Amino acid sequence: MEENKRLVKVPTMAEMAANGEEPEVLFWVGCAGAFDDRYKRVTRAFVQILEHVGVKYAVLGTEESCTGDPAKRAGNEFLFQMQALTNIEVLNAYNVKTIVTACPHCFNTIKNEYPDLGGNYEVIHHSTFLQQLINEGRVKVQGGEAFKGKRITFHDSCYLGRANDIYEAPREVLAALDADLVEMKRSRANGLCCGAGGAQMFKEPEPGKKDVNIERTEEALATLGAGNGVIATACPFCMVMMNDGVKNKEQEETVKVFDIAELIAQAEGLSK
Amino acid sequence: MIGIENIIFLIVAALGIGLFVWQIRKIRKNVLLGRDVELADNPSERINKTLLVAFGQQKMFKRMLPAVLHLFVYVGFIVINIEVLEILIDGIFGTHRVLGFVGPLYSGLMALNEILAALVIIACVMFLWRRNVTKVPRLATGVEMRAWPKVDANIILVVEIVLMLALFVFNIADMKRVLLAGEEVVGLYPVSQFFVDIFGEDPEQLYIIAKVGWWFHILGILAFMNYLPSSKHFHIIMAFPNVYYSKLLPKGKFTTNPAITHEIKAMLDPSYQPPAPEVDAEGNPVMQRFGAKDVEDLTWKQLMDSYTCTECGRCTSVCPANLTGKLLSPRKIIMDTRDRMEEKGEHPAIFAPNHYKELGVERVETTDEKTLLRGYITPEELWACTTCNACVESCPVNIDQVSTIMDLRRYLVLEESAAPASLNAMFTNIENNGAPWAFPASDRFNWADELYVPSKN
Repeated sequence: MEENKRLVKVPTMAEMAANGEEPEVLFWVGCAGAFDDRYKRVTRAFVQILEHVGVKYAVLGTEESCTGDPAKRAGNEFLFQMQALTNIEVLNAYNVKTIVTACPHCFNTIKNEYPDLGGNYEVIHHSTFLQQLINEGRVKVQGGEAFKGKRITFHDSCYLGRANDIYEAPREVLAALDADLVEMKRSRANGLCCGAGGAQMFKEPEPGKKDVNIERTEEALATLGAGNGVIATACPFCMVMMNDGVKNKEQEETVKVFDIAELIAQAEGLSK
Repeated sequence: MIGIENIIFLIVAALGIGLFVWQIRKIRKNVLLGRDVELADNPSERINKTLLVAFGQQKMFKRMLPAVLHLFVYVGFIVINIEVLEILIDGIFGTHRVLGFVGPLYSGLMALNEILAALVIIACVMFLWRRNVTKVPRLATGVEMRAWPKVDANIILVVEIVLMLALFVFNIADMKRVLLAGEEVVGLYPVSQFFVDIFGEDPEQLYIIAKVGWWFHILGILAFMNYLPSSKHFHIIMAFPNVYYSKLLPKGKFTTNPAITHEIKAMLDPSYQPPAPEVDAEGNPVMQRFGAKDVEDLTWKQLMDSYTCTECGRCTSVCPANLTGKLLSPRKIIMDTRDRMEEKGEHPAIFAPNHYKELGVERVETTDEKTLLRGYITPEELWACTTCNACVESCPVNIDQVSTIMDLRRYLVLEESAAPASLNAMFTNIENNGAPWAFPASDRFNWADELYVPSKN
């Protein structure tokens, strides 16, 4: 280990509770954030930011379980409620007040659907959380990679955007990078889905002419134009779909897909 | 001066209105086939939404050209109805331009009417052009856009043009007759004044032409009113209540079934006492299906949605599944719901359901089952939905296509266990590992291994 780095020991709720402490926020990692190799890097980038600014946070660790979102969107209300009621029991036992998550699906489910089942929390998506940290000056967006002049286009997640009307927070986070932000024709409320929502992530597409992620990637690539560019996402499923699309179009050398938290961690010099 | 003509008019008007009321009662009965749902909360927010979205046409303006054209027809419809009121009074009491006493205001209204009527004609001609010549894809394509919806759309546009022309015929002939008699013209007629000589100078003939124009306009309106319940044009009425009762919650919040909550709580905690089951009028417990198989499993709002649909296809044109060639078309889901509801319940004067099998539409592999699910809507369509809410966002009258798709999906999964195999595998993973993928729960925290941050010094 180099001297200028320190090893992070990610605190769990169980440890905090044992010490009689409560965190400011619970970071809900989500299944993709915990298991998907690509999205684990986003989870780590977000934790690096939390550590860097000194937010008092904790995770559930192995006590976390699927929110039930994919089951619910697939029509399995029974399995969804089983997951939800079990999770709510855990969250309420730890007296959780505020939850931050990097997954719009977890965000939507906990924020909008858990209250009906007895789970009432302030739920924040990491785009809004990062925006606050930047606005408060706790994240300065300097000391790392420079994005000035780099072409970035933001792909709206349906469960962040249309589902919860969060369009500006991720854009303001990206604006802090001082990059060349370009909008796709279909953006914000008119954004085109990546194709993974509604449990499509876990099944083959129905018969058709084209995959949705290809349609969306073509739009993103056309918007970025020739040369290097970044497709920014704020959702694990969007990230998988856009990555697959870029590979399908054989553009992975020039066009990268990053989550907004990764871009901030890079700009802040946290992810070396 | 009440004469035989006025009495005939009174009878015709009463018949027309009576027939309309009779049809509306049928529609009401159909909508009430749906499950009950409480949607009366937040009246002030609902009124606001109705003013913006329904009266203010807010969501139409996502597409400028059709929005402006539609605005002409919409404002024309509302303002010209004031003249229709006058026509009714004149018809019953044998008066002539009875509202003329308000003077300049009347002149302004008549002038506005004429300008709007001209704009309505221009807009309708352009709408016909878009449908039949340039064939705008969302209006001209899709398996649900079979013969009847296309004919229906054209009938509406042609009738609107003819009604407006009848109004002009009446105004022109009436004005010329009044002028010839040396009387003062009541009101201002900025369009008709240019055509004042086209019907000749014979007072007798002008009187008849004015009468014919007048009768044609009012009879046309009565007939058109009775055509509405059979037509997509019914949106001119339903748009208002449908927007009022639309979802105020975030679009991402799907409904939670409390019956399932009680079942799970009882499973987790044997001492849990679920509330007594709902009973019907005879005291028998109400059996509720999980999800929707047929129209009575949907809520009255979901059924009202389908009477509000004007088949504009904005939803389908932004649907990611439809855009990429999948069978799903949100508009078809809504139109099928209406067809099935009228097949099962009452139906208005003209009834032309879309039986895909009988029509030989091969792509929609419906079965002979007499239910909404499979009889009209196939699982393939339902499984293509990404629940992205683009359709809901795009709908100018706040129809919630996703809620109907979800309820049909729930029936497939909860009552038939008929999910695609890959989704069943996902369910099993969640049950066993607490994640949709087959990773052991004990590995959930491995992402935190070997994580470093720069130290601050």
